[in-house]
Amino acid sequence: MRATYVLKRLLQIIPTFIAVMVIVFLLVRLLPGDPASAILGDRATPEIIERTKRELGLDRPIPVQFLLFAERLLHGDLGESSSLKVPVLRLVAERLPVTLFLTVYAAVLGVILAVPLAVLAAVRRNTWVDSLIRGIFQVGLSLPVFYVALQFLTLLGAKLAWFPIGGYGEGLGGHLYHLFLPALTLGFNLAAILLRTLRSAILEVLTAEYVEFARSKGLKSAVVMSRHVLRNAMISTVTLLGLNVGALIGGAVITESVFAIPGVGRLMIDAIFGRDYPVIQGLTLVFAVLVSLVFLVTDLVHARLDPRVEHA
Amino acid sequence: MTTTAPTTTGVPRARSRRRVKPTLALGLVLLVPFVLAALAPRLLAPYSPTDFDYSAILQAPSAKHPFGTDNFGRDVLSRVIHGTRVDMQIAVFTTLFPFVFGSLLGALTGFVGRWADAVVGRVADLVVVFPFLVLVIAIVAVLGPGLTNMYIAVSAVGWVAYWRLVRGEVVAHKQTEYAQAARVLGFSPTRVLLRHILPNAITPAIVYLMTDMSLGILLGASLGYLGLGAQPPTPEWGVMVADGKNFMVTAWWISGFPGLALTLAGVTFSLIGDGLADALRPRS
Repeated sequence: MRATYVLKRLLQIIPTFIAVMVIVFLLVRLLPGDPASAILGDRATPEIIERTKRELGLDRPIPVQFLLFAERLLHGDLGESSSLKVPVLRLVAERLPVTLFLTVYAAVLGVILAVPLAVLAAVRRNTWVDSLIRGIFQVGLSLPVFYVALQFLTLLGAKLAWFPIGGYGEGLGGHLYHLFLPALTLGFNLAAILLRTLRSAILEVLTAEYVEFARSKGLKSAVVMSRHVLRNAMISTVTLLGLNVGALIGGAVITESVFAIPGVGRLMIDAIFGRDYPVIQGLTLVFAVLVSLVFLVTDLVHARLDPRVEHA
Repeated sequence: MTTTAPTTTGVPRARSRRRVKPTLALGLVLLVPFVLAALAPRLLAPYSPTDFDYSAILQAPSAKHPFGTDNFGRDVLSRVIHGTRVDMQIAVFTTLFPFVFGSLLGALTGFVGRWADAVVGRVADLVVVFPFLVLVIAIVAVLGPGLTNMYIAVSAVGWVAYWRLVRGEVVAHKQTEYAQAARVLGFSPTRVLLRHILPNAITPAIVYLMTDMSLGILLGASLGYLGLGAQPPTPEWGVMVADGKNFMVTAWWISGFPGLALTLAGVTFSLIGDGLADALRPRS
């Protein structure tokens, strides 16, 4: 991978960040009334509102307000939570690792589910095995995440008591155990998204000339599978994972609410009901930055796996 | 990021009469009860969807209440039937504006190109950096919970997919012989775009519309579940699942049946989408 490609891709992220800041800045300006009273909540007196307006620069013209907002952001200041009275950045630092753990865990489970089944469906294409796998995941696509989460929670958590019904647990083992059901919920959803595209990608490779050639020169089918087919399946998986990271984060917001997991997704929902606009604003920004970083990493990994990308 | 819209370039062909695909047929058959329930819930539902009946609380499914009753004694079957209207409305209203606006904008910028195309392209790139659900939730949070604000939020975000699809098609169709012929004949650019190119370029967007409707129902139900969409006592399926979540072990039917309705509606729309995609795909 050439350094210029990496550099070019890194530079592209700067205008994205600026634009994200503009959108998040404008978001709170959509509020009816003025942001100061919204940020302070219902109990604020007119004097406090006036003071906060001056402190936040809300008495200045909009472009100046934006520059002040951007300056604070660049210093890592995301404002203060109006309900919890702590810096938003600290809340994010505490809770983001939980959500990251959950989404990575879910992605791993999703890939473990989707890749072998997609290979199986492609190899046995147009048989009942293929139909069954595709049928299950077709229904899986239509199952609401919160509904699957509730079913797992009831059956495997409450009735059979195989898994805890919420929380985050202690230590790596505790996290893996406590987050298994939420991660499985999300992973199943992700697998349903991945499966169809992955199956057709593998089918395409299976019928490609170089695979025919590998077979005809007498390579064992297991070798052809691992060296040629799976390598290409991996490229598709990485791309698909990257493209669907937004869906994964959206799913995490819902799953965390159902399973009472102390991550940023649950924080977001709590913030909405607490009308905690600094937290909503900060989290929206963090999520967008996270997604654009994942897009960046996906592109770089993709370029590493598939040398044609750089020249496209 | 780079997202390439699937394009189906090629000469528009005369559509021969072909047998309806089994997926499309199944989807359309499954759609019938949903349409009936949405059009005439009062005729089909045995009870009121919102009236409390404290003499019949948490009753298991029986001949009198086929889907059981909830913790207020409301008939779950009647609520699921009345909920159909709300959720079908969600399916239509979360997709209609994005479809119309996104497709027209895509046709326009794809046809005109130049700076208009570049500007809209940048805006579209930006919207997809935000996780869809997070941006919708954030907008709903600012505007306030409820269905109308949810439609506004989804519309602000959802047009991008249609813009991409139609723009890609129009760019491809612009170069075809029939489009150039229409121009050579002296037709105005507006006419060439609306009468000649758009009818051919809109197909993928129509196919996507069906998939998007099933996503719209899921989104609406998710927001309803979280308390940000339809507000109780509105019989919306997501809201109903949330209502029953504390009774999952003792009275599974309260959230079980609305959940089933949601899944079935999702499957129905995606079957129709898949069937349409098969039926409308140009044969190479």
